[in-house]
Amino acid sequence: MEHLTFEFGPFPDRPRPAASVIVGVVGSGNLEALCESVPLGGKLRVEVSSSVRGFASTWEAVLGDFADRVRMPDLRVTINDAGATPAVVGLRLAQAAAELGVA
Amino acid sequence: MARIWNHGERERAARLERARAAGLAKVVESSRIADLLGAIVSPGDRICVEGNNQKHADFLSLALSRLDPAAIHGLHVVQSNLALASHLDLFERGIAKRLDFCYSGDQGVRMARLVKEGRIEIGAIHTYLELYSRYFVDLTPRVSFVAAQSADREGNLYTGPNTEDTPAVVEATAFKNGIVVAQVDELVDRVPRVDVPADWVSFVVKAPRPHYIEPIFTRDPANITEIQVLMAMMVVKGLYAPYEVARLNHGIGFDTAAIELILPTYGESLGLKGRICRYMTVNPCPTLIPAIESGWVESIHCAGSELGMEAYTAARPDVFFDGPDGTMRSNRVFCQLAGHYADLFIGSTLQIDPEGNSSTATASRIAGFGGAPNFGSESRGRRHASVPWLKAGRESARPGGATMPRGRKLVVQMVETFREKMQPAFVERLDAWRLMEEFNLDLPPVMVYGDDVTHLVTEEGIAHLHKCATLAEREQAVRGVAGYTPVGLARDRAAVENLRDRGIVQRPSDLGVDPREATRDLLAARSIKDLVRWSGGLYDPPKRFRNW
Repeated sequence: MEHLTFEFGPFPDRPRPAASVIVGVVGSGNLEALCESVPLGGKLRVEVSSSVRGFASTWEAVLGDFADRVRMPDLRVTINDAGATPAVVGLRLAQAAAELGVA
Repeated sequence: MARIWNHGERERAARLERARAAGLAKVVESSRIADLLGAIVSPGDRICVEGNNQKHADFLSLALSRLDPAAIHGLHVVQSNLALASHLDLFERGIAKRLDFCYSGDQGVRMARLVKEGRIEIGAIHTYLELYSRYFVDLTPRVSFVAAQSADREGNLYTGPNTEDTPAVVEATAFKNGIVVAQVDELVDRVPRVDVPADWVSFVVKAPRPHYIEPIFTRDPANITEIQVLMAMMVVKGLYAPYEVARLNHGIGFDTAAIELILPTYGESLGLKGRICRYMTVNPCPTLIPAIESGWVESIHCAGSELGMEAYTAARPDVFFDGPDGTMRSNRVFCQLAGHYADLFIGSTLQIDPEGNSSTATASRIAGFGGAPNFGSESRGRRHASVPWLKAGRESARPGGATMPRGRKLVVQMVETFREKMQPAFVERLDAWRLMEEFNLDLPPVMVYGDDVTHLVTEEGIAHLHKCATLAEREQAVRGVAGYTPVGLARDRAAVENLRDRGIVQRPSDLGVDPREATRDLLAARSIKDLVRWSGGLYDPPKRFRNW
């Protein structure tokens, strides 16, 4: 297991999602992402638990693009990854962004 | 002295006489196969052992591989597919030396070893159409070994739905003084239909076991991923709809299976029925069943058949090319030609470079081509017009370029940015270059050239490569859909945003494709069992695909 934390922002104030959003499933080659509004001083924080080691820079690139797209302050994203490719990560995050109303 | 003009005919007669002298008639007992081969094969002969990508003359191939290399050696093998161990045993044992072929599939790694050991001299790796064409130019077989379902006592052959390459192989051999030997599953009083007439066939052998057929076109819908559904949605909405693609050829991977399975759902919701995917040139892939049953696909010509689809294709004669006997006939040459002149080809690949060249060659194996290079290339001999052809032609025209208006074939490569085990599909340099160096090939074995590709589809979006004005622009368009691979991360972000503003790179959101819709629920069939249900019980899947 590898645990990685990334922070982006801070982002300007905007309406927050009313409820938390969960997308995906934990299964081989897949992942689960939970998005919640918590006070983070306007930052967007992503905590990744991955079954695969050695892809920190790929995570940073994928998550950086996600943060750029949603620009959501005080958002904590918790990811449980079971070896998803960046394609699957991207799809799950796009689904999360759509659920957050920022697609 | 008068010149002799019939050396081939005399040679053929001498060999047939040797067989007769050995007590062999037209119908040969399988126990006497070695005697037959000894009579009709000579050292240095050019031979074809029918090995298509499905049907194999496996009994004859095994018998050939057991010949005594002291008596028979230096054979030149000219056949499309090397898939059986016995195909390569022929080289390993020193019976054959030279090889001209198309595709090696599972034997690719062993073939690479035999080439390195100097046991195989490769003439060239061909496409199917290329090799069949050379049968009629400079690679005509002296002896051909083919497989058929049944024969009568005269030697008329019935191939069944897997006609495949048999007509091309037999015609080239029989009409240039060659000898045709057919292995058949059964001898009958009367064949259901004559696929090969008796006077083109020299010998018939009933094999101890039915010939081997590989079900290579069956894709279990259970293994289709949501990424593949997302890419399929982009293809339907972003390419098939705006270009109004009615006549096309699909590759055989899970990517195109996903497209077939969302036509009755997503395609229907876009109101595209009757406007796209009406005429196809492709094998009877089981994943086409829902689209056929719901009235999308009107006509399909097949290169070969597919195990388990026999009763289904026979019950749908309006869609498939069925004979007067009621069963399908396939023909790889005609299907390849038909696909070459269709409006669109879409297929998957393993590697793509920044110029958009794609290849399925990897460093450790010699895989070969099959049909993709012919399907996936501009048909420059085409003269008839259609909506997609004219649109792609207009979009490819450059200011200051030639004044003569032209059409253009749509060639689409569809690939996820990463393959399994995080292998990037996008690479700065194709493994094909290394393969060329290692095996002394004249050129890197490229499947589809970048300048023939009009569209590249990944989960990141669609790149309209044909709209790029320069090679530099095309490179940024390729990198622009290469995602988080090193090739994608090396993109010029400003240049890619500029391409996006001009509609040359389109993200799913630019196409109005909602990622939340990209779930397996969109598949009209989610399992093999669903496909059987759609077919009304006519589809009879091979055991390995049954889990009920």
